[in-house]
Amino acid sequence: MSASSGAMARFAVIANGRAIERSALPQLPPAELFAAISEGVEAGLRVASFFGMADADPDEVGLVVVLADDRRARLHLGRTRVRGAGFEALTPVCPQVHLFEREIAEQFGLRANGHPWFKPVRYHRSYRPGYEAFGGRGGEGPTVGVTDFYRVEGDEVHEVAVGPVHAGVIEPGHFRFQCHGENVFHLEISLGYQHRGVEKAMIGAPDKRSIHYAETLAGDTTVGHASAYCQVVEALAGCQKTPRAQALRGIALELERLANHVGDLGALANDVAFLPTASYCGRLRGDFLNMTATLCGSRFGRGMIRPGGVGFDVGEPTVRELLTQLDAAERDTMSAVELLWNTPSVMARFEDTGPVAPDVARTLGLVGPAARACGLARDVRHDHPSGIFRFAHVPVSTWSTGDVFARAYVRWLEAQRSIGFVREQLRNLPPGKVCGPVGALAPDQIAVALAEGWRGELCHVALTDGAGRFERYKVVDPSFHNWTGLAYALRGQQISDFPLCNKSFNLSYCGHDL
Amino acid sequence: MIPVIRARLRQGYRTLAYPDGPPPSLPDRFRGRPRIDASRCPDGCAACADACPTRAIDLRDGLGIDLGRCIFCTDCVSACPEGALQYSRDHRLAVRTRADLITRSDRELELAGALQGRLRSLFGRSLKLRQVSAGGCNACELDVNVLNTVAWDLSRFGIQFVASPRHADGLLITGAISENMRLALRKTWDAVPEPKIVIAVGACAISGGPYLDHAEVANGVEGLLPIDLYVPGCPPHPLTILDGLLRLLGRLERAGADVRSEPGDAVRPAEQGGLG
Repeated sequence: MSASSGAMARFAVIANGRAIERSALPQLPPAELFAAISEGVEAGLRVASFFGMADADPDEVGLVVVLADDRRARLHLGRTRVRGAGFEALTPVCPQVHLFEREIAEQFGLRANGHPWFKPVRYHRSYRPGYEAFGGRGGEGPTVGVTDFYRVEGDEVHEVAVGPVHAGVIEPGHFRFQCHGENVFHLEISLGYQHRGVEKAMIGAPDKRSIHYAETLAGDTTVGHASAYCQVVEALAGCQKTPRAQALRGIALELERLANHVGDLGALANDVAFLPTASYCGRLRGDFLNMTATLCGSRFGRGMIRPGGVGFDVGEPTVRELLTQLDAAERDTMSAVELLWNTPSVMARFEDTGPVAPDVARTLGLVGPAARACGLARDVRHDHPSGIFRFAHVPVSTWSTGDVFARAYVRWLEAQRSIGFVREQLRNLPPGKVCGPVGALAPDQIAVALAEGWRGELCHVALTDGAGRFERYKVVDPSFHNWTGLAYALRGQQISDFPLCNKSFNLSYCGHDL
Repeated sequence: MIPVIRARLRQGYRTLAYPDGPPPSLPDRFRGRPRIDASRCPDGCAACADACPTRAIDLRDGLGIDLGRCIFCTDCVSACPEGALQYSRDHRLAVRTRADLITRSDRELELAGALQGRLRSLFGRSLKLRQVSAGGCNACELDVNVLNTVAWDLSRFGIQFVASPRHADGLLITGAISENMRLALRKTWDAVPEPKIVIAVGACAISGGPYLDHAEVANGVEGLLPIDLYVPGCPPHPLTILDGLLRLLGRLERAGADVRSEPGDAVRPAEQGGLG
């Protein structure tokens, strides 16, 4: 691999959780930037983020890309400016950017010409007055759920539409299946119903709402997103965290992973009507959430992660209490989850259902347990470690079959590693303060933070203006990468397996819709 | 089969004794109902209001907190130089009217009273709810879902979430009501047969929460549909939600409040508010 040859040689290179001067990123001509992205992805790098930003000239849009080199723990940053109302889409030669290009088009009214699947992402008006890539002739924005859905025609072919309001207590989204009998030819996922304008609201920040936006980007990933946000702020402010703060952040992040993984294993059991594990894991998820509440008062970790460190310290009695709770939860989880792998009726439903091939996962740029279930050993904690993960290594858990079983089993492997990590950290908490002062943010910088949330890679990028305010704040939730993986998993499957496949990904609507 | 039985014995019986027994214990750092002591406020001090991310603090008539906007972050507590604000561990927060959400030092929270008359007789022992999630962060949905776990076992109270609005007695709504969900919420509401109720769970559904005044949201259900029960929080604890539901159905004694008439109980026509 030669990640630094050709056009990519002009990219700036930083490590996770670092900031550099914006001027260190040369403005490449669009064609050169696109060639560099293509070259990087071919060499094995991943597109962690690719986004537009407003320019002083309203007829121009800046484009910024972050490529992750997982083998060398490096992030390559490049940028360009595009004039007018469109650019030549890169998606036909580099499918990994397909949703990023649609997002750029929607946010800045910049058509990705030649894009094979050119549709709105979140159905909102463009941020650039006078430019709309989607929507009506009068300049109005697109209407949610109204798009050119893919259709299969033919005798006995039928279409099933589900949502936005779903049958359970679930976030809104629209799914359209093209079916032949029970067999699914194609699933199209149309989102945007949870769009609440967070990225737009972050312009001009940080302010008193910013940390709360970070905590509610995806409520089940409060700790993960808040950690990424704080890393960005700390990089821009040149702020160091104490070892104790770093350890407590790691504990909170792994407790979040545990609650969600254990909850998902129960939900998967429920979807194959195996009620013992479903019942036990439903309760055990609560036990892990309650450990987070012991730390900070909130089951979702609200208030725990704060710029400069953490919002709550723990005393010796709390540490002992947490260790006792962890031991009990570990024993009960073991007893509940092991039932799955020993029950033939469960395994028969998990195995070979919803498989994703490794090359599909790689081409789409899947992240998190969904990618690791296809044998792709990518995990931010290992590949781009920051904070406590530079000192305490969590082995990457993978499986090779890419099916529902693999996505379930990877969760179980990870849950066990997380229990070990939390126990180890609680037993060896370094002394010291848990939160330090955070100064003003440096002007004219770009900072990137990656964190491994329970669903996968969280990527936050901030560019500050001359006054040290956010001129652009870009969030990529792992769901942004992975929703297309779910669509691929459904191909050739029975429609009745959709709930099971869906749960095996358990993606975020709000994290995608922002 | 034997491992399944062995696991069952090991896991034991886990359903909470509450409400016949005591409520489950909450962690020491749990942030419940705020306690206000306005007598400590120095003249002209607005430190709490300045720190509040959601404009939940109203100083016009002495220190007051709008629990409908509060996200229980305690940024006001950190900002207050005099200790005039504290968050207690009292989980009981649900009320019946928007005005009751304003809490002050001289006013106890008017906890939710029960439905009366026909609604009480129809829903008191069987309440089927359709949940609509519309522009939030999914935390409220998750802690509503927790009520269906074996520990909380919501169905023992006759309360269930149903898969169609046609089967429902009302809506339980979460989220700030994104513009992109406005029509879907209207259609779902229209499809629920009369008489019907609305329960707004979480700061988003009551006021917009962290997304207050974003162009992309409608600042919650208020003004769109008539709300029968407000459950504050960001997100509310499952115990807070259950407390609200049980009070609404008259399953809990009314505590810390004097009884007064509830104008919201009459059966109302569906055509209210500005949805659609």
